[in-house]
Amino acid sequence: MSAHYLTIENIDMTFNSGKVASHVLDKVNLRVDKGEYISIIGHSGCGKSTVLNIVAGLISPTSGGVILDGSEVSKPGPDRALVFQNHSLLPWLTVYENVALAVNKTLRKTMKASERHDWILHNLAMVNMTHALDKRPAEISGGMKQRVGIARALAMQPKVLLLDEPFGALDALTRAHLQDEVMRIQAELHNTVLMITHDVDEAVLLSDRIVMMTNGPSATIGEVLSIDLPRPRDRIALADDPRYNHYRQEVLRFLYEKQRKLENLSEHRAKKDEGTASEKARAS
Amino acid sequence: MSTSTLTSGLRFPGHSLMHAAGRAEAATRTLRFALDRVLPPVLITAVLLGIWELLCSGDGAVLPPPTQVVSDTWELIVNPFYDYGGNDVGMAWQILASLERVAYGYVLAVIAGVSLGVLVGQSTWAMRGLDPLFQVLRTVPPLAWLPISLAGFQDSNPSAIFVIFITAIWPIIINTSVGIRNIPEDYRNVARVLRLNGAEYFHRIMLPAAAPYIFSGLRIGVGLSWLAIVAAEMLIGGVGIGFFIWDAWNASLISDIILALVYVGIVGFMLDRLVVFIGNRVTRGNEAGS
Repeated sequence: MSAHYLTIENIDMTFNSGKVASHVLDKVNLRVDKGEYISIIGHSGCGKSTVLNIVAGLISPTSGGVILDGSEVSKPGPDRALVFQNHSLLPWLTVYENVALAVNKTLRKTMKASERHDWILHNLAMVNMTHALDKRPAEISGGMKQRVGIARALAMQPKVLLLDEPFGALDALTRAHLQDEVMRIQAELHNTVLMITHDVDEAVLLSDRIVMMTNGPSATIGEVLSIDLPRPRDRIALADDPRYNHYRQEVLRFLYEKQRKLENLSEHRAKKDEGTASEKARAS
Repeated sequence: MSTSTLTSGLRFPGHSLMHAAGRAEAATRTLRFALDRVLPPVLITAVLLGIWELLCSGDGAVLPPPTQVVSDTWELIVNPFYDYGGNDVGMAWQILASLERVAYGYVLAVIAGVSLGVLVGQSTWAMRGLDPLFQVLRTVPPLAWLPISLAGFQDSNPSAIFVIFITAIWPIIINTSVGIRNIPEDYRNVARVLRLNGAEYFHRIMLPAAAPYIFSGLRIGVGLSWLAIVAAEMLIGGVGIGFFIWDAWNASLISDIILALVYVGIVGFMLDRLVVFIGNRVTRGNEAGS
C-alpha cells in the first residue's frame, strides 16, 4: 500500500493493429498527492493522452496498474471525471440537462431531487453559466461549452479530475480567461487534477508539478518539475517574475533541447508521411 | 434610412411609433414570400395544365383534358364522404382505408426495423449474420411478397399489411444500424464514465444520437409504403385507393384514375412532410447527423 492518493505503477502500453505492434508507453510511474495539480506535457504523439485514458479506465494498460484512493482502477467511473478537448456535451440536451444527467446518475443515492437541482445550479454558477441553462450546446460558444464540461465533471464530485487538453481548442483570450477560472475553482475546492497540455505557460501557471514526457515510441516520464510559486497566481505579475521564467525555461529546455525531435531533411523527404514530418519540423 | 427604421421597428414592437412601420414591413414580407415562393409553382402548374388541355382537346385524344377530368369527377370531388355500401364509397374513405393499412404495416415496420437496426448496429456478430440476408431480401420487389403472404395469411387484408411491412422495414433497419455505428466515441465515453446501464444508455445516448439517421430511414420507409400500398391494393381488391384505380380502369373511367393519382400524390407528399416534421421536432438541436 502506498500512502499516495493516486499511484500510476509501472504502466506499459502496447497497441496491436494487425501485425504491427507499437510500444507506446514504457514503465510510467507517477505518484500524486491529494489536492495536487499535475500537468503532463510532451510532444504530440508521446502518449500523454494514453496515460490519461488509462487513469480514466477507458483503456487498460498492457501491464502495470493505477491505484486511486486505495483501490485499483479497472473500468471508467464517475470518481475520475473527464473533461475532453472537444467538450463532448450531448447536443440534444440543454446545458442544465447535460449536468443533470451526470448528477442524477452519480448522486442519486446521496442527494434528494431538490438537493441535486441546487447542486447542478451551484456547479453551473461556479463556471458562470447560469445565464444559459436552457441553451443547447450548438447555441453557445466553444469557451462556454468547455465551462459546462468542467461543471459537469466537477458536479460528479470526482476523486480526481482528468483534463485532456481542456483549453486546446479555444482562442488565446478565452483560454486565459478559463485558466483563471480553473485556478479560482481549484483554490476553492482543492481537487486532485491531472491535466494534459502542450502549452508551457499553461502548465507553469496552473500546476504544482509538471510531468515531462519523453518522445515516443516507448515514451516514459523524463523529468518532474515542482513549481514553487505562491498561490493565488496572477499571470500579469508572474510575467516579470524570475522564478516563473526560470520554470518556463526548464520546461522549454526539456522539450526543445533534450527531447528535440531530430530528423534531417533528406529523411523527411524520404518519408511518405508528409503531414507529420512537417509538423515535427515546425515543433523543433 | 427607411429600411433601417423598419427593421428596428420589427425588432422592438413595443415602440408604438415603430408599430405601424413594422406592420407595413410584415405585409411587404408576406407579399415578397408570395412572389418568391408561391408564384413559381402556380405559374408552372398553370402552364403544364394549359399544354395538357391543348394536347388532349383534339378529336383523336385518348386522354381527357383537365377541364373534362374536373367535370367528369365533380361528384367525387365535392362528395368525398358518400357511402353507398360495398366498394362504392367516397374518395376520402378509399384513401383512409389505404392509410389504415399503411399505418398498421408501417408501425410494425418501425418497431421491428428500429429494434433490428439497434441489434445489428450494436453487435458485430449480429451484423455479420444478418446483413447478407438483409441485402438480398431488400432487393425483392414489394409485389413479389404478395402471393407468398396471401398463401400464408389466407386473407387479403393482413397480406397487404405484410407487404407494407416488408417494404418499409429495410431502409429503417439499415439507417438505424448506420446511426448506431456512427455514435461518436465521445458520447460512448461519457456513458462509460457515468456508468449508464443498458436501458439508460439506450434512451439517453443511443436513440437521440442515432435519431437523425433513424428518421431518414423512417422517411424513406413511409414513401415506399405508400408506393407499395397502391400496387398491392390493385391486386387484393376491396376498399382502398389502389383498387379504386384498378376498378376505374376496368370501367374505363379515365378521369377517375387521374383524380385518384392526384390524391395519391398529395397524400404521399403529406406523409413525407409529416415524418420530416416529427423528425425535426425530435432531433431539434442535434447537429450530429443533419
